[in-house]
Amino acid sequence: MTRTDDPVALNEWYAVASLDEPGAAPQTTRLLGEDIEIGPGGGVRSLATGEALRTCEKWGLLFASFGRPPRALFDIAEARETDRRFVPCGWITLRASGLRVVENFLDMAHFPFIHTGILGTEPHTEVPQYASEIRRDVDEVWATNCTFFQSQIAATETGGDFVHLTYRVPAPFVVMLYRVCPSAPDRLDAIALFLQPMEETLCRAIPLMWLVDTSSTHAELLRFEQVIFMQDRIVVENQRPLRLPLEPRHEIPTRADGSSVAYRRWLKEKGLRFGTTAGAEAAA
Amino acid sequence: MTRPVLWNYDLDDASYTVRLMASLAGVDVDLRAVDVYPGAEHHSPGYLARHPLGRVPLLEDGVVQLRQVPAMLTHLARTGPRGTGFLPADPVGTAAVEDWLAFAFRDWLALSAARSASIFGDGVDLDPLRAAAIAALRVAEDRLVAQSLLGSGFVAGSAASVADIALFPGFALSRDSNIDHDAFPALRNWARRIRALEGFVTMPGIPDYH
Repeated sequence: MTRTDDPVALNEWYAVASLDEPGAAPQTTRLLGEDIEIGPGGGVRSLATGEALRTCEKWGLLFASFGRPPRALFDIAEARETDRRFVPCGWITLRASGLRVVENFLDMAHFPFIHTGILGTEPHTEVPQYASEIRRDVDEVWATNCTFFQSQIAATETGGDFVHLTYRVPAPFVVMLYRVCPSAPDRLDAIALFLQPMEETLCRAIPLMWLVDTSSTHAELLRFEQVIFMQDRIVVENQRPLRLPLEPRHEIPTRADGSSVAYRRWLKEKGLRFGTTAGAEAAA
Repeated sequence: MTRPVLWNYDLDDASYTVRLMASLAGVDVDLRAVDVYPGAEHHSPGYLARHPLGRVPLLEDGVVQLRQVPAMLTHLARTGPRGTGFLPADPVGTAAVEDWLAFAFRDWLALSAARSASIFGDGVDLDPLRAAAIAALRVAEDRLVAQSLLGSGFVAGSAASVADIALFPGFALSRDSNIDHDAFPALRNWARRIRALEGFVTMPGIPDYH
């Protein structure tokens, strides 16, 4: 594979490594179709052309871009609150478009079927009405006023209840979830999922969590997130096509898919092709 | 009576094999989550003091401390209220179980290697790993076809044994490595029979529906 020529994809920031991982030897990975090398000092260069990529560091991650990102990385206010537990969950590879992974993260309707006994339980399958919008001032997609009946909403909880959730897509390959914290109802737990698009239909993902939780062990918090993510992995890998269709008539959404509809519309407006079915047509 | 303690990692296939055997045998175990990834807790001094080889799972049952998965499976089968059926009493059945148990912890590990690289690898060449995994699947597929001609539904006889339980996770999780089940109809039917056993449990990557 070679580097995509999609300017929208090239001008984004992508998480490509955890800063606590680098060893003495350079790491090789792939971004947007091209092999890149991450040096021990955090420098990133293309293995095809030798050129250096722009980089920045935030939240314990190394970000890189082939192009000129028009803006700095977005902000996560909760990451600046010093009393939170910071839980980076580790990278997981998926054979799917990163955009499919984002869309699955936004979806609540699958909770009772895929995360049975954790994020949902039959017969509580209804997705109550919520609001989704493209926020023009910040150029992000948000879904607000989301509620869902969950049987175990966080590692601290054992009983079931309605959770209150807010979803945020601050960049095409990043998705966030804010959850009213069960043990401190005036605060929000923040969970972010960063995607590294390696190829059109191959990506790596790393969830980061900033939690208000004083009782769970680090291993318990990791376990909760990793189990959920691996349950999602098999679903996302089996969606067809592997790329995300942006044509409105390609798939038939329901009311519960409002956030996905907004996300796809936003990506289409941006003209993003990498990881979409439009990218496949361009390559053919 | 104190319950056995299983130090395990939820995404690890070997840990799941032991959770599955415990549940099928009717043994309640206390689970301790080990942060294998990304924390590498299995290489920490505290864990190494319990398990010098630095692996999960680890099973502690009173004075019994087990670090090898085959030993855990047979121990759970021997001690669980529903366990004895998983260990045949006759020499012929025992021989077949031991042969297939050895296969499960030798050749069948190719499936585990392919899965690890698919999930945690970063651009590793998966083709040779997947080829080795498919070769192992074919051996088991052929065995199950031969067994079915004898009227036996499992690898070592007409009842599920510890060898079947040792083999189940590798097949059930092979879709994690993009190896589809369509080419292995005998294994698919066998997996359905295992799913129907009392106490069957899944892990992430094995859907509850099928």
